[in-house]
Amino acid sequence: MSALIELAGVTKVFHEGQHNALVALCDVDLALEAGRITVLQGPSGSGKSTLLSVLGCLARPTSGRVRVAGEVVSNLPEAFLADVRRRTFGFVFQQFHLIGGLSARTNVMLPAYPTGRTHSEIARRAAELLGQLGLEKLTDARVEWLSGGEQQRVAIARALINDPRVVIADEPTANLDSALSAEFLGILAGLRDEGRTVIMSSHDPRVCEAAVVDRVVRLLDGKVEA
Amino acid sequence: MRAWINRQSLLVDYTLSALARHGGRNLGLFVVYSGIVFVLASTMLFTDALRREARLLLAHSPEVLLQKLKAGRHAYLTREDLESLGQVRGVSRVEGRRWGYFYDPVAGANYTLMAPGVDPPDRGRIDVGDGVARARGLAVGDTLSLRSAAGGLFVLVVGRVFSAESSLVAADLVLMHPTDWEAFFQLPGDVFTDAAFTVDNPQEVRNVARKIGERLPEARVILREELLRTYASLFDWREGILLALAGIAAAAFAILAWNKASGLSADERREIGILKAIGWDTRAVLTMKMWEGALISGGAFAVGFLAAWVHVFHLEAALIVPVLEGWSVLYPRFVLTPAVDAVSLLTLGLLTVLPYTLATLVPAWRAAVTDPDQMMRGTE
Ligand SMILES: Nc1ncnc2c1ncn2[C@@H]1O[C@H](COP(=O)(O)OP(=O)(O)OP(=O)(O)O)[C@@H](O)[C@H]1O
Ligand SMILES: [Mg+2]
Repeated sequence: MSALIELAGVTKVFHEGQHNALVALCDVDLALEAGRITVLQGPSGSGKSTLLSVLGCLARPTSGRVRVAGEVVSNLPEAFLADVRRRTFGFVFQQFHLIGGLSARTNVMLPAYPTGRTHSEIARRAAELLGQLGLEKLTDARVEWLSGGEQQRVAIARALINDPRVVIADEPTANLDSALSAEFLGILAGLRDEGRTVIMSSHDPRVCEAAVVDRVVRLLDGKVEA
Repeated sequence: MRAWINRQSLLVDYTLSALARHGGRNLGLFVVYSGIVFVLASTMLFTDALRREARLLLAHSPEVLLQKLKAGRHAYLTREDLESLGQVRGVSRVEGRRWGYFYDPVAGANYTLMAPGVDPPDRGRIDVGDGVARARGLAVGDTLSLRSAAGGLFVLVVGRVFSAESSLVAADLVLMHPTDWEAFFQLPGDVFTDAAFTVDNPQEVRNVARKIGERLPEARVILREELLRTYASLFDWREGILLALAGIAAAAFAILAWNKASGLSADERREIGILKAIGWDTRAVLTMKMWEGALISGGAFAVGFLAAWVHVFHLEAALIVPVLEGWSVLYPRFVLTPAVDAVSLLTLGLLTVLPYTLATLVPAWRAAVTDPDQMMRGTE
């Protein structure tokens, strides 16, 4: 019972009750310990992104139970879920979901806007993170002008700005070359060593087999393989 | 408190950038909104100003006024007339007033030339109202040359320009020495244009007025009370505010309906989804949307109101005068004194800004309580 995030019998059905109903997750039981790097591995469409959304309180399961730090969150209304999310998670999305028309720096700063920190404090931290990810020259560029790999690194910096306890990253290395991937894994190891929890999905065998990864969870057709 | 300020300032910052990014739609809304405020505020400022002018005019006018008539035409009062009228019981004071109209072809304007009974300017000097000063570009020490009807040229030095509280009362006024006045109009001394009466007992005004009328059978007696009633019926405040309220309600409704119908665009919904996913709580999203509503409606209010101000007080309310034609009879030259009634301003402000701001929260709330995953994927 020391797990940080626990899923019990979690099922997620899209378009429930309609002719195109789709079971994306089926009866998933999973316990994730704090302070570890866990990788979800599985073929395309196996439900990795969906599982990360449910873990990270971005979506509620159709049935089953999700606990975060001992608190059952699967039946909380969105207004409360938003609070849990803000206190706990930092996300890197598969499609980045950066906000176009804004600079890389502003995108990185956004999650910290409601926290009450000053603009300069947040800007300093954003510059630091962008620097660590090799983007110091692009902080003022509008995000839609950046390459895929650059956008991905902006998304990573954005996930880290609020120093979350849990970092959730969906295919974070998909657009990075091997040097940057290695660098990114180094950053994750650093986060883990600070006591943070990292959950990510990846196709990339280099990631799954990397030394820093503590645990690999395999998904197939919405089910966790033993 | 510091944290609260940081939070608000960053949320406003974000809101401004979002407004800039979703420009087209917001611009249309902004224009329509300021247009509505412009019309309402123009009407309000215009009627307020007229009402105020009328009130001041009446405050300055005597309780009873008498004009002498001869064969139904206006005639001058003599000193004997005044003495006889002063003996009417209940009259505490009678003042013979000397004034006349003069059309100045140079400025194309009408002036009221008056010789005040007390404290008149020295001979050869005049005091002018700011309307006259504006029309002829006069400052203290300048000379004003007027050619009288008889052909004589009068060169008069401006001793004072008085800015009146009310332009109806004194903007077109030229005060001069009685001797200058007599020479200008070629009138003998001891004649008066009309007579103003002060009555001891306000309850007795009607009675006294009747007795005054009896003393000088061919005369027109005007009571302030009656003027008051005439003006009141012209700008009935309640009618005016009702009209304005109805207008505002209709406008607010139109905007609400439009806003509700269009709701949030797919882009805006996606953006809210992202913001929530990266850590914005529901309150932050709602605060941001509230700022958006307040900035749009507050900005539109400010722009519409300023435009209305310029329109009414600097452009002579050119756009609404034809609509409110009745008033143009009362006051043909619309250079009104800028003034605004705080209550009207507040009413207009609250009624335009509040409903819209609250209305923006409805779709925002719906979006804010939807799973961010759904909104980011655009499947909701
Ligand atoms: N909002 C949704 N509405 C309907 N179907 C969905 C939705 N989200 C996901 N799905 C479906 O659920 C299944 C699992 O999707 P998911 O994105 O979790 O897969 P994935 O493992 O992340 O795949 P990939 O490796 O390609 O990213 C897919 O068949 C997908 O089409
Ligand atoms: Mg995926």
